[in-house]
Amino acid sequence: MNVHEYQAKEIFARFNVPAGEGKVARSADDAVSVARELGGERWVVKAQVHAGGRGKAGGVKICDSVDDVKKVASEMIGSTLTTHQSGGVALPINAVYVEKPADIKTELYLSVLVDRATRRVTFIASPEGGMDIEEVAEATPEKITQMAIHPAAGFQAYQGRQLGFFLGLDKKQVGEFVKVMKGLYDMFMQTDASLVEINPLVTTGDGGLVALDGKLNFDDNALFRHKEFAEMRDISQENEREAQAAEHDLNYIQLEGNIGCMVNGAGLAMGTMDLVKLHGGEPANFLDVGGGATTERVTEAFKLITAGEGVKAILVNIFGGIVRCDLIAEGIITAAKDVGISVPVVVRLEGTNAEEGRKLLDESEYDLIAAQDLTDAAKKVVAEARG
Amino acid sequence: MSILVNNDTKLIVQGFTGSQGTFHSKQCIEYGTDIVGGVTPGRGGETHLDRPVFNTCEEAVRETGANATMIYVPAPFAADAILEAADAGIKTIICITEHIPVLDMLRVRAALDDSDSVLIGPNCPGVITPGECKIGIMPAHIHQKGKIGIVSRSGTLTYEAVFQTTHNGLGQSTCVGIGGDPIHGLDFDEVLEMFENDPQTEGVVMVGEIGGTAEEAAAEYIKHNMKKPVVAYIAGVTAPPGKRMGHAGAIISGGKGTADDKFAALEAAGVATVRSTAEIGTKMQEVLG
Repeated sequence: MNVHEYQAKEIFARFNVPAGEGKVARSADDAVSVARELGGERWVVKAQVHAGGRGKAGGVKICDSVDDVKKVASEMIGSTLTTHQSGGVALPINAVYVEKPADIKTELYLSVLVDRATRRVTFIASPEGGMDIEEVAEATPEKITQMAIHPAAGFQAYQGRQLGFFLGLDKKQVGEFVKVMKGLYDMFMQTDASLVEINPLVTTGDGGLVALDGKLNFDDNALFRHKEFAEMRDISQENEREAQAAEHDLNYIQLEGNIGCMVNGAGLAMGTMDLVKLHGGEPANFLDVGGGATTERVTEAFKLITAGEGVKAILVNIFGGIVRCDLIAEGIITAAKDVGISVPVVVRLEGTNAEEGRKLLDESEYDLIAAQDLTDAAKKVVAEARG
Repeated sequence: MSILVNNDTKLIVQGFTGSQGTFHSKQCIEYGTDIVGGVTPGRGGETHLDRPVFNTCEEAVRETGANATMIYVPAPFAADAILEAADAGIKTIICITEHIPVLDMLRVRAALDDSDSVLIGPNCPGVITPGECKIGIMPAHIHQKGKIGIVSRSGTLTYEAVFQTTHNGLGQSTCVGIGGDPIHGLDFDEVLEMFENDPQTEGVVMVGEIGGTAEEAAAEYIKHNMKKPVVAYIAGVTAPPGKRMGHAGAIISGGKGTADDKFAALEAAGVATVRSTAEIGTKMQEVLG
């Protein structure tokens, strides 16, 4: 789960990670009072959306007067922002963050994540802050370094010094940097984070360090023990149908194609999408209905798939497993009736009583086409989608 | 022969009396798995499915001599259950539970590195040696004793591979679901090594998916150490980057972990790959000649 910059910075502060002075504002008037409260003559107004690359997309503006803050905030709030990292989606701006500008000397990159290969919480640092880290990794890999933390020993000061000197910091700044890393490590472990990214972490004129931006992701599987963070979720930043699916415990991801897919099991769901593509079709979604594939879940899944415009045909691929295929077939027929499916549905059922299941589908009054096997199913649905 | 589990496996079930634990334990018993008891804290002394219930793993092992455990404990308590099993000296720990926090698994793996226990999963269908021992949630009837080892990150894709190799008469030696989580127990390379050393196994089906580098590590192992033929399929060619495809570990991040990269690594190691899940069985038949 992703949170906004202002929420991340609130949590940074609790762990003594310096994040500058600023506050969230939900209206232009709010933004003006925040600017007055902060004092000074210049402010930075930043759109609060769940995507990086805001600066280049016009979502970060420097203001030289309170009037300017008001103007910028009123333009941003209520509009949308599309960045090169928002996946082509225009994200709604419901709030802005108003902060004092930092006196930037250098820009660094620092992130924390779980490295799967080494099974360690790992810091990644680079002196090339403010840039896309993937681009840095591509062009100048020597400018990126990693530091793994042993889970029993925890973060050690030498690790901070090693990274700090790598980043070219002076003696005093290295001392500050060790504290920042310690704070980030404690935060990562105590909040069950899955990613913390500060890009850029800046050195300032007075020799300090400030997290100018902050990205914080939490492990969804650990939210049960962090009610406070779970409440920070902003559904307006998520795909509407994906959020709706999550409410019904369905794994759904929207794609660009015109063939809806409903499958039991995440691996088979991916395999089915690949098969559709292999036979010349384009999948409209990823959807795992789970092992049971009950009438209720199949109904919800049909609703999600058919909510998409341009879905020309649907492929249902169920590997029966422990549940009998005739029962699954009955569920599909009931769901098709309840939802009022108007596009052809190709169904591949395998497992116990598969033959009975296919018969039920073929005899139903709906446009349900039973496939003989996986390849047959993929070919049929691609043909149906072409009309 | 076979790997990991067989007729000598004496199994306990953690989370024995819960609905999932009860349902799947029944199926395992029907298959012939030797379930010698179960653990549910606070219900020690009771009998469930005609087997004794114990308060702790330590007690269960002491009383029954169990050498394997199957875990259905809910995610918030699953890390605790895995470590309890290891501490009780259980050698083979099979964790079915899904949605365990990553940092819990990170600590568990670090602790297991200091023990003799082997973890399979979590978030997996389990392990089955057809005709001998079924531990997990896989549908028993699709399996057939035979010569193909199957190792997979995905449950239903394992069933596809099993179904196809049963259908064409090859059968399976052992099927291992290593699970879909980013941090888990046994990995592809370790299971491949077991299959390489198992006389019953003549060929191996490996089913991977997007995310991480376990398939690349497997390719390295195969290239340098494996003589038996391997057929591999990787799911997620069409998966968009940055999106978690159901499994916690199935995500392309920072351009890394794509299906294309994994196919390329495996092909460079001489593995016979298939681009369609429907062709796993026929490809295996082909490479075995």
